[in-house]
Amino acid sequence: MKMTKEHVLKYLTSGTRYDGRKNDEYREVKIEYGVSHAAEGSARVSIGETVVIAGVKMGLEKPYPDTPMQGNLMINAELTPMSSPLFETGPPREQAIELSRVIDRSIRESKAIELTKLCIKEGEQAWSVMVDIVTVNDAGNLFDAAALAAIAALQDTAYPEHDAEGNVNYSKKTKEKLPLAQTPIEVTVLKIGDHIIADPLPEEEEALDARLTVAVNDKNVICAMQKGGDMPLSIDEISAMVDLAMAKAKELRKKLTR
Amino acid sequence: MAAKAVKIEYKKRSDGRSWEELRPIEAKTGIVPRADGSASFKIGHTLAYAAVYGPRDLHPKFMQNPETGILRCRYNMMPFSGHGERVRPGTSRRSQEISMLMSKALLPVLDLKDYPNSVVDVFVELPETDAGTRCAGISAAAMALADAGLAMKDLVVSFSMGYYDGQIMCDLSGYEDCDVGVSDIPVAYIPSMDKFSLLQLDGEVPKEDLIKILQLAKKKALDMYKVQQESLKAKYRQGE
Repeated sequence: MKMTKEHVLKYLTSGTRYDGRKNDEYREVKIEYGVSHAAEGSARVSIGETVVIAGVKMGLEKPYPDTPMQGNLMINAELTPMSSPLFETGPPREQAIELSRVIDRSIRESKAIELTKLCIKEGEQAWSVMVDIVTVNDAGNLFDAAALAAIAALQDTAYPEHDAEGNVNYSKKTKEKLPLAQTPIEVTVLKIGDHIIADPLPEEEEALDARLTVAVNDKNVICAMQKGGDMPLSIDEISAMVDLAMAKAKELRKKLTR
Repeated sequence: MAAKAVKIEYKKRSDGRSWEELRPIEAKTGIVPRADGSASFKIGHTLAYAAVYGPRDLHPKFMQNPETGILRCRYNMMPFSGHGERVRPGTSRRSQEISMLMSKALLPVLDLKDYPNSVVDVFVELPETDAGTRCAGISAAAMALADAGLAMKDLVVSFSMGYYDGQIMCDLSGYEDCDVGVSDIPVAYIPSMDKFSLLQLDGEVPKEDLIKILQLAKKKALDMYKVQQESLKAKYRQGE
């Protein structure tokens, strides 16, 4: 069933969204750690009926020549055709690429992972951290669910065993956890007409004028942003959207229990 | 997979199961609300999600069949799901073959004649794998098709059988399949027809023992069949 923008706006004007929530209200958020034993770290996040899984794989590689003292961080997202009738098979399209890049920036720019700590031997051996985000069910707000799943999976990550030659024994995890210096939280706020809402449903996403994703670090400082949507935003609007995002980020942070 | 010179300890298996014992099974129906039908099927540390969309319009158009709808399966391991290095996203020769075999395993229970020019899409995603992924995928997909309300003659039950040095066993673990080199015989069974819709074999098995293996597979399939049925019933009992 397709809901028109007009219809979405009618609900917003009445003060209650069509699933009964207030504009700034989130659906129930759940985080489950360690959902895949095959991964070095994993988490499953649900926001209402939206479900996203993230998993971390570690590998030993030769550092890039221009950063011989650093390990590597990679974030990839797949919007699977399983999770929505609108997603198709094949290589990631712009929507999946944007999603993974926005999350990548929140983790990279907050310096959550200190890449120099991943280096074992300068110019020769360093860990690469590969985070894969996979959508299971899209009931709106994949951005926030995916970002939360990625950071939770990183919190769950332990190094696998390895020998001096750089062979990794994936069947044995060590007790050593991947150190996280920060836990960035992302919140996406939508503007539809004159209304500002958090945690959108798919029909609301379809009706959006503008979207602003804000990532904040542990000190509640903004560490990444991305504006989406076809309409421009004024300073006042940006200010209100960031305020809402920062307030919601505080709530979301409490859901991370590690 | 070639047998390595590692003897498995007789009398019991590495994970303590008896020869005929399946790993613990957990099945859930309706795990992807956005899809027309969905289910998850977990056996040991192998977990498969299946979601069904359709019947819906088939694109590209040249694939459309005016006489019947078609079934299209896609098998995909999540990049972090393997016990080893990251699995590169996207299709591989292996995943394409498995996708095809899954459709062939499921098609006999479906009747898509009422849906000309349409497709029923089955998407199987694996968050965690430890042998028997195609089988778990088929078992989950059969449940998801039933959940989607498609007319079906029966469910399809699938798991792998194993054979090592005269010993028949059920439902290989990753250790048995990869490290020990037990002959791997994935099967899918349709109870009401008393027929197999998937049969593969990797390894050495004498003919007489193959028949015994299939007879045991039939018997064990009925246990798994009950779990699938119970899970489907549980969803509709809740009146969802």
